[in-house]
Amino acid sequence: MTPNPYLWLIPILPLAGAAINGFFGRRSSKKAITAVALVFCGLAFFLAVVIAARFSPASAPYYFNLAHWLRSGSFQVDFSFYLDQLSLVMLLVVTGVGFLIHIYSVGYMWDDDGYYRFMSYMNLFMFFMLTLVLAKDYLVMFIGWEGVGLSSYLLIGYWFTKDSAAAAGKKAFIVNRIGDCGFLIALFLMIKHFGSLDFTRVFTAVQPLPTETAGAGLLTAIGLLLMVGAAGKSAQIPLYVWLPDAMEGPTPVSALIHAATMVTAGVYMVARSSAIFERAPMAMTVVAIIGTLTALFAATIGIAQTDIKKVLAYSTISQLGYMFMACGVGAFSAGIFHLMTHAFFKGLLFLAAGSVIHGIGGEQDMRKMGGLRVYMPWTFLTMTIATFTIAGFPPLAAFFSKDEILWKAYSSPYGSWVYWLLGVTTAFITSFYMFRLWFLTFFGDYRGAPAAHDVKHQPADAHAMHDKADHDGHGHGEPHESRSVMLGPLFILAILSFVGGWIGIGGRFEHFLAPVFQSGAAAELAHENAGEAAGRGTESLLMLISVSAAILGLLLAWTLYLRRPQLPARIAASLGGLYRAVANKYYIDELYAVLFVKPVVDGSTTILWHGVDQGVIDAAVNDSADAARHVSDTVRHMQSGNLRSYAGWVAAGGAVVIAYMVWMGVR
Amino acid sequence: MVPLSYYLVLSGILFVCGVLGFLIKRNIITIFMSIELMLNGVNLSFVAFAAQWHALSGQVFVFFVMVVAAAEAAVGLAIIIAVYRTRETLNVDRVNLLKL
Repeated sequence: MTPNPYLWLIPILPLAGAAINGFFGRRSSKKAITAVALVFCGLAFFLAVVIAARFSPASAPYYFNLAHWLRSGSFQVDFSFYLDQLSLVMLLVVTGVGFLIHIYSVGYMWDDDGYYRFMSYMNLFMFFMLTLVLAKDYLVMFIGWEGVGLSSYLLIGYWFTKDSAAAAGKKAFIVNRIGDCGFLIALFLMIKHFGSLDFTRVFTAVQPLPTETAGAGLLTAIGLLLMVGAAGKSAQIPLYVWLPDAMEGPTPVSALIHAATMVTAGVYMVARSSAIFERAPMAMTVVAIIGTLTALFAATIGIAQTDIKKVLAYSTISQLGYMFMACGVGAFSAGIFHLMTHAFFKGLLFLAAGSVIHGIGGEQDMRKMGGLRVYMPWTFLTMTIATFTIAGFPPLAAFFSKDEILWKAYSSPYGSWVYWLLGVTTAFITSFYMFRLWFLTFFGDYRGAPAAHDVKHQPADAHAMHDKADHDGHGHGEPHESRSVMLGPLFILAILSFVGGWIGIGGRFEHFLAPVFQSGAAAELAHENAGEAAGRGTESLLMLISVSAAILGLLLAWTLYLRRPQLPARIAASLGGLYRAVANKYYIDELYAVLFVKPVVDGSTTILWHGVDQGVIDAAVNDSADAARHVSDTVRHMQSGNLRSYAGWVAAGGAVVIAYMVWMGVR
Repeated sequence: MVPLSYYLVLSGILFVCGVLGFLIKRNIITIFMSIELMLNGVNLSFVAFAAQWHALSGQVFVFFVMVVAAAEAAVGLAIIIAVYRTRETLNVDRVNLLKL
């Protein structure tokens, strides 16, 4: 490993930006805030690029030891950073997409009162996310892990005066705690059995252990617990419920945290722990099943959503499911590949959706959109690229990554045709709901009120204010195209969504990541080479099927939402209960409310609050105070204020002392 | 030579007179004088023992007591005058502002 003293600067720079804006932002001008936020974030990106340019696929990992942290016997943890091929990919995605979204936020949030607060939180998030991906051991990773959870909470509840936003922030935080609990227990198991949390040392300790094929052992336990943590952070079944609600945050936040970077941390963590998972086939199977089910499940919910951001949220959950499916069948590099392309196209989708929402004055309901391609041609163009990308049309990015995953799900030794079938079904549904969104938003006639003064959420407010200059001062008028500061990032992400997949052609991406996933990837490659001749034909066939699934989705959406727009309502009516269940997200939130939330709230109210807190703690304090008062009330009569009675007490006391001494003397 | 017991009895009588005066009287000045009486009763026993055992420390101690008593008299009288000026009485039963 090569020491690299610049490594620690990458996370520290955004932290400095967050601190400056957080402490002094209230009194600075918006230009200064913008400069600080962008410069520090941009510097981190620049540094990442410089380091990446010198990092060749063959080079040994970089590391840098910043300081000692914990020393307890043989167990020690340092603040050290680590960069190998895997963290390099994450680093470039996080800083690159993050920087673009920072630029976009300048345009999107400019008129918000808490602009400095927003920028400060965004930089803080970058710091924690970079700590997470650059960590050299699980504990430092855990700092970043918790830190991004904190930033996510702060940014979801950014408009904290709105009840729903505050509640959504809390929900995200609490659901993530459940996952973190599993993650922490996995860390404790590692400390107990390997005596270290350092990646290299843990994986070296794991290396000689046999694969747990016969039954569940230590590694299976660690793997499953890590998956619990990953399910919380990456919104997988059963802990996905927080992500749709997280859309209460400003749209750049949804793009940065809840699509491109933070939610992929779970995938990164599972891929990072590949050495553990490879020796625990049962844990792998669980990961694959959870991923596949989540992908399908979330995609079906996405069909019936009417809020443009909710559709994208469920789509994110579904795409994350794909990544876990890939990790679960041992194709870690395919999962990371999809993670990267997903960061491009989903970031783009959210930013374009934000541009739409911004352009029509804060409306998020797709039923009130329509025909917007005339009003915002550039947003339409970028959104089109993103939609075709996520649907998996060649030669766009997701075509390569998604097909890689589907092929691996079919062909890998851990895989099965069931995963593939469900994956292709999901791809069809994905294509359908994304084109539904596309048609509803950009085609047909504009269904919003012409001079909509729908102050649904804050950007609408702020927007109406800044638009007064160009819109006769009557609230929000016609839909209009966004400013260039917002369109710039859209274009760059559109280009990345277009060409981002090409680096995976011919297995180049996989070869690049091979040193990280040595054993697994090597085995996989060998397997692939062996079945090359037979596999080539199958692979092309499967590719053809998934592309036709995407085209089928497009045609179906076109029929239903453009050619015969009255049809969906009739289909929904004929499906009745099934449609209602899907539209209401299968009542999962309600189920959780009855199963978990209500017992906890009731138990806390009756047992902990009324029982323990009021009955024991308060009662003990109040009763002892009462007792003291009663005793004092009796004794205070000695303090009569009568001097002679005091004298009498003194004399009596003296007499007692003398009597005692005489008595003692007599004895 | 007068036996020691005579002195001690006299000292005891003086002390008890002081205690009774202290407890019974209401006039602050009388109470104050009773305290002096108790002190002197104790002083008498000190000197009596000192003479009996030919030990000087008793005598020295009496001087200390007298010095402290003199200082106390000065301070005490000042307080009594201050009390009289504000309350216009020397009856201790009426000096009871600190009562609950």
